[in-house]
Amino acid sequence: MNSSLNELEQAFQAKIDAEQKIEPKDWMPAKYRQNLVRQVSQHGHSEVIGMQPEGNWITRAPSLRRKAVLLAKVQDEAGHGLYLYSATETLGTPRADLIEALQTGKAKYASIFNYPTQTWGDIGAIGWLVDGAAICNQVSLQRTSYGPYARSMIRICKEESFHQRQGYQIMVELAKGTPEQKQMAQDSLNRFYWPALMMFGPHDSKSAHSAQSMKWKIKRETNDDLRQKFIDQTVPQIEFLGLEHPDKELVWNEERGHYDSGEIDWEEFNSVINGNGHCNRQRISHHVAAHEEGLWVREAQHAYNVKMKARRASTAA
Amino acid sequence: MSTNMAKSNQYDNEDTVKQKTLQYAARLGDDSLILGHRLSEWTSNGPFLEEDIAMGNVALDYVGRARMFYTYAAELAGNGKTEDDFAYLRDERQFQNYLLLELPRGDFAFTIVRQLFVDVYNDYFLTELKNSNDPEIAAIATKSHKETRYHLRRTRDWTLRLGIGTDESKAKMTKALNDIWGYTHELFEPDALEIELIELGVAVDPRLFKEKWLHDVQTIIHEAELEMPDADWAVRGGRNGFHTEHLSMLLTVMQSVHRAHPGASW
Amino acid sequence: MSTEQLELFEVFIRSSRGLDHKHVGSLHAEDHAHAVDYARDCYTRRNEGVSIWVVKSSDICSSQEDDAPEFFDPSDDKPYRHATYYPLPKEVGNM
Repeated sequence: MNSSLNELEQAFQAKIDAEQKIEPKDWMPAKYRQNLVRQVSQHGHSEVIGMQPEGNWITRAPSLRRKAVLLAKVQDEAGHGLYLYSATETLGTPRADLIEALQTGKAKYASIFNYPTQTWGDIGAIGWLVDGAAICNQVSLQRTSYGPYARSMIRICKEESFHQRQGYQIMVELAKGTPEQKQMAQDSLNRFYWPALMMFGPHDSKSAHSAQSMKWKIKRETNDDLRQKFIDQTVPQIEFLGLEHPDKELVWNEERGHYDSGEIDWEEFNSVINGNGHCNRQRISHHVAAHEEGLWVREAQHAYNVKMKARRASTAA
Repeated sequence: MSTNMAKSNQYDNEDTVKQKTLQYAARLGDDSLILGHRLSEWTSNGPFLEEDIAMGNVALDYVGRARMFYTYAAELAGNGKTEDDFAYLRDERQFQNYLLLELPRGDFAFTIVRQLFVDVYNDYFLTELKNSNDPEIAAIATKSHKETRYHLRRTRDWTLRLGIGTDESKAKMTKALNDIWGYTHELFEPDALEIELIELGVAVDPRLFKEKWLHDVQTIIHEAELEMPDADWAVRGGRNGFHTEHLSMLLTVMQSVHRAHPGASW
Repeated sequence: MSTEQLELFEVFIRSSRGLDHKHVGSLHAEDHAHAVDYARDCYTRRNEGVSIWVVKSSDICSSQEDDAPEFFDPSDDKPYRHATYYPLPKEVGNM
């Protein structure tokens, strides 16, 4: 029995090593399935919960063009949540379970969304930095080993390319605008830069799931490598805006060919994840409230269908 | 009358028509923006993810429609004004949208009933508006009508589901019908400005399709096993800027950032 | 149970006339008609399609990946089904 399990696992790993995709009906180790469900659903929850901080500004967007763009963007996030929930469902976990895990706190979402959006500048900073960080991660995940996850990543990357640009464009307008607007941009950059770096997760040496996920090619690049990529690409973007870089220890390292940067405040990271963010409770209770308020609607459409079927059956009889 | 005099009269006349068309386009922009704004409030509040996305599409259609009407109004104004001046720098008394559209989003039944009245109305209204002899307005109507055809299909389906579904959904739909009915009457009462533009072939005369509207709405409501509302009250005033208390709150929120930074660009 | 428990549908989209419908993903809906509408809203926001099919996921009958060797490998040894199996004389050119 054990030897056959071993054989299956070896064959599975061989497939992965040969860069073959794993598809829903393939045999896979229980841990692989578990790891994927955790990662993909967390990713999906982040998209869904991420609708709230940005949705918060749809009614206040300062121009009609921005209003349309933001509405379309937040709507895309819902779409991405949908793609990811669908990918999770191919692993045998129904959406109802995912929603329940989110609402009871068993499942996580990106902790960045526990930060409040206080000004219009934050909408720029989120699009630019938060979506930017997410895209770094997602581009790498287009090569993830699980087929449905990889396909949804490809779709998401294609759609998200406008998200980061629209955010940066908001920042450009603010940075070249009135002194108050420029100040707004600087303030948003200051508040969202570090939390954006935290989005890549703990250092590789401290990351619980990293090594196994890399071996299974669920993840393709490590937290620290992706974070470095993001740090490097963001420097000239901040320079172009003419804003001050929030990391005072940032310095170019000729030898590494990368920027060395200051240390992330991991205490804050853990504190926010563990419930001390401004919006942890608000995000979940908003989600629960909408879901509960939607119950009568879902029940009604179901009852309608049942009634219609019965009527059709009785007229046919 | 000298020929010169006649000419200048003609120009004056053209100018007035332009002014009136401008106001008409701005009104249609107001209708679209205020409803689009209310629909956008459903974002992250839908009964399930797919419906959230679908509602977002309808909201986007209306915001897009508002932008087209305002852009045309701004072009007619010809003084460097933009769509945003219409949306963000006019006061509550200057907005001329129908009252029905500014009512708070309410529950899902309220939203569906409002959409039912509006979508059936717009289906007829835009069909007529496509024939406007103002080519810009006709072009906007053509694009918008396709959108409305889809909205109406969605709304009709939802009306049936919620009307026939459960006792609870039926009760909510019944309440929404009765709460909203009194706001529909003004949709069919053109004011002096509109009557003048109707005569010039620019605007649509909604009185011409009131019976058809009533018939269609009634058919769907009965098909959904609901009763036609019989409330005998009617509230009017949108076209005169005589609004409910809800509009000023909506505008305060909507215009807050824009107005806090006069002259800034975004 | 109050959590959303809608039916799972697979979505297929024809991206332009003349092409096949292609699987693009899945979604939740109460019934087929609703699923088509939501497929329009969820999967064609950027002009991705001109036609939509939806199928209940539970109605799909599929081959088992584990059967792959006996199911698919036998066609490996039939090269004569491919045009490249038949070299043509140079003088004849393409056929």
